Amino acid sequence: MNAPVLPGPLADNPSLDRWVSFPAPGKVTVLTGRVEFGQGVLTAMAQIAADELDVAMERITIRSGDTELTPNEGYTAGSQSIQFGGVAMRQACADVRGLFLDKAAKVLGCGPSELSIRDGNILRNGASTGQDYWTLSGAVNLATKATGSGTRKSGSDFKTIGQSSARRDLPGKIFGEGTFIHDMVLDGMLHARVVRQPNRGATIDSIDERAIKRAAKAPVEFVRNGNFLAIVGDNETAVELAGTAAPNHVKWQHVETPTPLQAEASWLLQRPAIDRIIGAPEPADPQGRVRFEATYSRGHLAHASISPSCGLALYRDGHLTVWTHCQGVFPLRAALVRTLGLEASAISVHHVQGSGCYGHNGADDAAADAAIIAIKMPGKPIRVRWRREEEFVYEPKSPAMVVKVRALLDDAGKPADWTAEIWSGTHNKRPGAGGNLLGAEALPNPPPEPPPADVPEANGGGATRNAEPLYDIPAKRIIHHLVTETPVRTSALRGLGAMPNVFALECCIDELAERVGQDPVAYRLSITADKRARAVIEKVAQMAGWEAGEPGGAGRGRGIAFARYKNRAAYSAVVVELNVEETIRLRHVWCTTDAGLVVNPDGVINQLEGGIIQSASWVLKEQVRFDNGVSSFDWETYPVLLFSEVPEIDIELINTKDEVPLGVGEVTAGPTAAAIGNAVSHALGARIRDLPLTRDRIMATLLKE
Amino acid sequence: MTKKIDFTVNGKPMSVSLDNEETPLLNVLRNELGLMGTRFGCGLEQCGCCMVLIDGQPEKCCTKPVSSVAGKTITTIEGLGTPAHPHPLQQAFIDGQAGQCGYCLSGILISAKALLERNLSPTRAEIAQALDDNICRCGSHNRIMRAVEKAAAQMRLGAQS
Repeated sequence: MNAPVLPGPLADNPSLDRWVSFPAPGKVTVLTGRVEFGQGVLTAMAQIAADELDVAMERITIRSGDTELTPNEGYTAGSQSIQFGGVAMRQACADVRGLFLDKAAKVLGCGPSELSIRDGNILRNGASTGQDYWTLSGAVNLATKATGSGTRKSGSDFKTIGQSSARRDLPGKIFGEGTFIHDMVLDGMLHARVVRQPNRGATIDSIDERAIKRAAKAPVEFVRNGNFLAIVGDNETAVELAGTAAPNHVKWQHVETPTPLQAEASWLLQRPAIDRIIGAPEPADPQGRVRFEATYSRGHLAHASISPSCGLALYRDGHLTVWTHCQGVFPLRAALVRTLGLEASAISVHHVQGSGCYGHNGADDAAADAAIIAIKMPGKPIRVRWRREEEFVYEPKSPAMVVKVRALLDDAGKPADWTAEIWSGTHNKRPGAGGNLLGAEALPNPPPEPPPADVPEANGGGATRNAEPLYDIPAKRIIHHLVTETPVRTSALRGLGAMPNVFALECCIDELAERVGQDPVAYRLSITADKRARAVIEKVAQMAGWEAGEPGGAGRGRGIAFARYKNRAAYSAVVVELNVEETIRLRHVWCTTDAGLVVNPDGVINQLEGGIIQSASWVLKEQVRFDNGVSSFDWETYPVLLFSEVPEIDIELINTKDEVPLGVGEVTAGPTAAAIGNAVSHALGARIRDLPLTRDRIMATLLKE
Repeated sequence: MTKKIDFTVNGKPMSVSLDNEETPLLNVLRNELGLMGTRFGCGLEQCGCCMVLIDGQPEKCCTKPVSSVAGKTITTIEGLGTPAHPHPLQQAFIDGQAGQCGYCLSGILISAKALLERNLSPTRAEIAQALDDNICRCGSHNRIMRAVEKAAAQMRLGAQS
């Protein structure tokens, strides 16, 4: 018999003591490489462990994201925590449970099949044996490799999986406790602000130290290493004042500033690019077939996390300890090794919660800033907190994208051949994957810039993510132009290319339906055999009271869109109802999602709601502007959706008892964007293909009609 | 020259001595008094993470000089309630799982408290308007507004009995 295949993260971290321990009577610790940033992942992990170990949730403490303790699961990203990390946790716990049952059987002189576990107590044919995890923990060695032989629970055995569970991290946040990395205080801690290098290659020409110190109104000192310059002191107010004033008192050479033109997605066309064709070969002779072509676009987006990034570091006795809210403590450690020239064994990285990040924001860079300063000031704990403007200007942006769709249609007006041609910068400049830590680029002998690359299709793709329709189309292809030089650093934001790609393809599907006078729901169903896809589309139409042929215009519209995230994860369909006057007013959003096995239904719905609202904000309001540099630098120059602008939202989950869980954090972004686009078209009787859907674009479209 | 400033925080008299009396109240709460519940979000009075009540009025305190609150009464999130004795708003936020990352919640709870003190029967639109001073980036808006409605209903019941 072949050995069972271990889930990926468990195969990578096979020692069971990296996943589970029994530290004291009645207590269980489970360890995960996944980290919390408000998505509720640690609560879901506790539910999983409780069911697979047969212990009450209250007994479980979770440790997460710690290079000294937890499994290395790379990044907490891509809606993969439950789909992969959760399945690994299930198997690790099942293996641990199996080892304890085997040991108990030996101790009790019976067969393991006679035994069961209830809240950690081992029962024989339902009766107490006096043995439990804690009496046996000395005799079971968990520093042993997972085998995958432990039997995972299935549907009927689940007690907490599938039940809504209150988030463990929420009460502290509601009572104002010091939950966040920003609230950490270390003995003798110094505050620091970095005077940012405007761009890679810029060099310091002069520093007016007296002016900066005057602005501080209290003592501060400078730490400099090459073109990395920081202001440090024990008084945060003084350090902040100096940090705010400093950009006016430091002169740089070799400064490059992005121009307003470069903020537009159309700037990407005609730029140097790495070109690829993925999928079916171009049709030899498309003559005679009706061809439909349309071009869609979206500008750069900011993560715009509500808290500016923060990092702490202490370098003492040759060992560097770093506290960070980044998404991957192990990749950050690897990047710090390259940046600082220390051995990995000389660096510990601990995750502490920050605010929602939604992808690669400034978190890694703030941690690196603290580390670079700490190395220069041994023995002093250093806390770097970015300024608001610094976060907006220097965080990696989600790249602008242009998506040109070409469809060849059959006699019934259905697509027979589909091409998505994409222009985009990379969606991945995470440290180690395709980029450097920001501070590293200012150091003497900065590391070379890694060659341009995007997320491979095997990992879901970056700019190509969801570019291919899931619909039944005989021939599909993607032409990908990876634009190699972007005006600003670009990297991962929630869903990567999925939002602009689904916006393009699902708006295009509506345009094709309209061309043949078909209802958008019926048209989609006519080109979809996938049962799960049909189910979410049909269900959301029912929820929204969708009526075929409902007239639009007069400023009221409704639209539908659908996607299966990465074409292999969760299915989601969204209907939007809105009004368009000079601006767009969202009224109601309905969403049906099939994410397979759901661990925490309320947690999943919370994530889906968040994805809908954030996507609505991107679509209606957001674009990073350039004017002699990044000119979206605060909440007035980069407005987001407000309380008075959010729609009512109704969500239903279906197929929740399926065997396989699929992630949900990113699934609604694309369908929401496209459903808004389609609803606006329905309301106006005219199509806007460029995001965001600003007042200017609406007025221009209305005037044209 | 060090200056002494007296004010009341969450019912307790406080006194701080500072060289720079322009130090923002937020920094004094966090770094001098150790009250970490009031968060730094922007330092520009835009996002509302630092909302506190000053003599009962909701105000952002990230740029407010501490000297301007001398003699005044301040309520921070720590003064709202405790896990053992939660404010009805806090209980409603827990019951409704109203939040994701939670960084904005301290300020939102303070804004909501100020609203309910002047209007115990707010409409959804009035709640939204009162919370437009606060930014939530995760998209927990609807849960938050429902929780405020529930807390208001609870407090109306309490006021009757």
